Amino acid sequence: MALTGLDIFKLLPKKNCKECGQATCLAFAMALAASKTSLDKCPYVSEEAKETLGGASAPPIKLVKVGKGDKEREMGDEVVLFRHDKAFYHPTCFAIEISDKLTGAELDAKIEKINGLVFERVGQKVSVDFAAVRNESGNADTFAAAVKEVAAKCNFALVLISTDPDAMAKALEVAGDTNPLIYCATVENYEKMVELAKKYSCPLAVRGNGLEETAALVEKVSASYKELVIDVGTNQLSQALAELTQTRRLSIKKKFRPFGYPVISFTSKDNPLDEVIEASVFVAKYASAVVLKADEKAQILPLMALRMNIYTDPQKPSQVEPKAYAIGNVTKNSPVYVTTNFSLTYYTVEGEVSGSKIPAYIISCPTDGISVLTGWAAGKFTPDKITEFIKACGIEELVDHRNLVIPGAVAVIKGALEEKSGWKVIVGPSEASGIPSFAKTHFA
Amino acid sequence: MPVQTIKERNAGKVGVVTIGATQEQGGTRTSVVKIGGESSLPFLHFEGEMPNKPVIAMEVVDRVPEEWNDEVKNAFTGVLDNPVAWAKKCVEGCGADLIFLRLQSADPELGNKSPEDCVKTVKDVLAAVGVPLAVVGCGVDEVDNKIIPAVAEACAGENLLLGFASQENYNTIVAACMVHKHNLIAQTPLDINICKQLNILITEMGLTADKIVLDTNIGGLGYGIEYAYSILERGRLGTLQGDRMLAMPTLGTVGFEAWKAKEANVSIEEFPGWGEQKERGILWEAMTATALLQSGLDLLVMRHPEAVKLVQKNIADLMEPSSV
Ligand code: B12
Ligand code: SF4
Repeated sequence: MALTGLDIFKLLPKKNCKECGQATCLAFAMALAASKTSLDKCPYVSEEAKETLGGASAPPIKLVKVGKGDKEREMGDEVVLFRHDKAFYHPTCFAIEISDKLTGAELDAKIEKINGLVFERVGQKVSVDFAAVRNESGNADTFAAAVKEVAAKCNFALVLISTDPDAMAKALEVAGDTNPLIYCATVENYEKMVELAKKYSCPLAVRGNGLEETAALVEKVSASYKELVIDVGTNQLSQALAELTQTRRLSIKKKFRPFGYPVISFTSKDNPLDEVIEASVFVAKYASAVVLKADEKAQILPLMALRMNIYTDPQKPSQVEPKAYAIGNVTKNSPVYVTTNFSLTYYTVEGEVSGSKIPAYIISCPTDGISVLTGWAAGKFTPDKITEFIKACGIEELVDHRNLVIPGAVAVIKGALEEKSGWKVIVGPSEASGIPSFAKTHFA
Repeated sequence: MPVQTIKERNAGKVGVVTIGATQEQGGTRTSVVKIGGESSLPFLHFEGEMPNKPVIAMEVVDRVPEEWNDEVKNAFTGVLDNPVAWAKKCVEGCGADLIFLRLQSADPELGNKSPEDCVKTVKDVLAAVGVPLAVVGCGVDEVDNKIIPAVAEACAGENLLLGFASQENYNTIVAACMVHKHNLIAQTPLDINICKQLNILITEMGLTADKIVLDTNIGGLGYGIEYAYSILERGRLGTLQGDRMLAMPTLGTVGFEAWKAKEANVSIEEFPGWGEQKERGILWEAMTATALLQSGLDLLVMRHPEAVKLVQKNIADLMEPSSV
């Protein structure tokens, strides 16, 4: 049961020494109740208080790691139901399925394909997270053989899918040291699966059939093992949404322990496009991992973008440092583009300017990380502000000419900007994608 | 083990807006569309009602949209220069619930069509399809203030959905909706307070809340959708807590936003790392829609038939009952 700030306060040392980073013990207690800090920040809590508070101060959803080294991913440790309340922290992991019926060249090709699911978008490198090997053959040795290949050749951590403890044992013999996610413990096999998970200290997925069975099973398993991921086992989308919503609500609002773990979901559709659409619901609503069969770049990229969006911090837009950036081998005659310092805007423009193959400067004006039109409407990307930054950023020493390209979306500022800055203003295209052809006609 | 699930008892709910009118109701539509009515967050059937499923309006433009992506244009080969045939194709071929007609050629730079011409286009489309219509202007306020009232008057009885009313420009269009009994799209720039304020201004003029659909503005996938997502979600939560000035159903121009994204448009030759363009573009549009369905869109304005199909299936799946 969740404790209130006052309940917690009663158990604290009341030294008000600030070592926990909070102004008072009471403030620390409040922060603990809201899961905004952790008990270990206070060096003076008694063992007794730790016992009592341990449960209450643990994060509502446990942080669970899969994989090792570069391949490691973290799941869980979310603290809110809605991203606007704070933020979502650990982006949904995508696992792509591989059948253990594949062998030889076919298996290699599949691994290659999954290794290729790495993307560059707006200045960031993103990729899928896991390869999920499914024991479709039903044969333990076949499973182990496939797992061994994938572990050796795939750039991502593993999810091992089999409900047969013997098959899982064999697979773990070859890949247990890579910290794979064992999928899964069920009502029938959980004792053996827990043994395996303990033996290799790997995270274990627990699958029930609906909320009640899942909670009961997690309760049993967690008595002896706590590196868990849960699957409520539901296929139908609206029912799955209902259950995912409940697991998140119960863990956050009630600290209901059996659901205090990351949740994994599987797509149920056969057509990859339908699968990807189904997965979009899971990204928005509370899945920490999604397993899917779709594996084409064109199918996965949209999911990558959605995940980046849903898991950005709504409080502070990501920004680039405001300055004059040199793109390519610039000279004193290189063209100059002006934009804002919102990361998304800057990198979109940067991608196109470098794609144009004509070296240039990009000035990213300080707009507190907002887009071109938002900045213009909010008075942060105006002729005055742009002029001020042209003078401050040093571009007037870097180039000999005085020609400035502005985004087409703010064509209206041309006159005023020319007057204020003394630069000649050229209205560029309204979408950054128009920059390469624009550059060719104007600067080649 | 028994699980004590949490079911929210919400004080408020989204109002219902009816678009279109059948013969008995004074119009000529063979079907009408109702949106809104939810008393929970989207698709949480276990704790609230969702009496009307989200609907898809397909976008039709009264001029050939040369600037559109080729894949979208290819889906409408032979009808792009003919809004009547285009609209028919959307209804008969794709199962569009409504037609969203943009009177772009009224723009002085895109054809400078007269209000009479615009009225004729709307009438022709009405005659060709049985579904309700949303009609919006070209985005130039002075022009829209002439064509939208003309359309409102000529189509009295049809219970259209007309747009856009904004903070800067709402008087004329609100008056036109009131006099000729149509519905209105109230558009605001991603700001809950401005949204409420505009709704107050509009309802004070006398247009009732059950005639207003909100466009709180969306961004496409990868380009601002996170803000739109949270604004819609906050709006819905406010509604459920009883805020009546937010309690209108919502609309989003999904196709318009999604197809602006570079990821929807560039060819595989240019960006081999992003895969085949057609599928990528279709998914970009479909996912812009399905993500925003999760935060509370009621009416999706879309373009590509394949994207529409994917979203129709998603809506059908999500409208299945659930219980916890
Ligand atoms: C997300 C968003 C917000 C977010 C801000 C997010 C952010 N970090 O910027 C929030 C919710 C905070 C917001 C707030 C407001 N917003 Co706002 N917002 C949007 C939205 C949906 C998307 C903007 C976006 O991120 N676009 C993506 C980026 C990449 O686009 P971009 O910067 O323009 O860059 C593109 C091009 O311009 C071009 N480009 C960029 N730089 C350059 C440079 C050169 C040289 C060239 C050639 C091209 C180029 O390349 C990019 C890709 O093509 C738009 C509507 C829409 N759907 O577009 C409204 C919009 C921009 N907002 C608007 C407004 C009015 C506001 C507010 C002022 C409302 C208010 N509260 O009063 C506030 C201001 C906030 C403040 N005070 O700081 C209006 C602007 C109206 C106008 N035409 O002036 C818009 C258009 C909405 C609308 N239709 O009314 N907004
Ligand atoms: S560190 Fe402990 S004792 Fe010191 S102020 Fe914080 S809670 Fe109180």
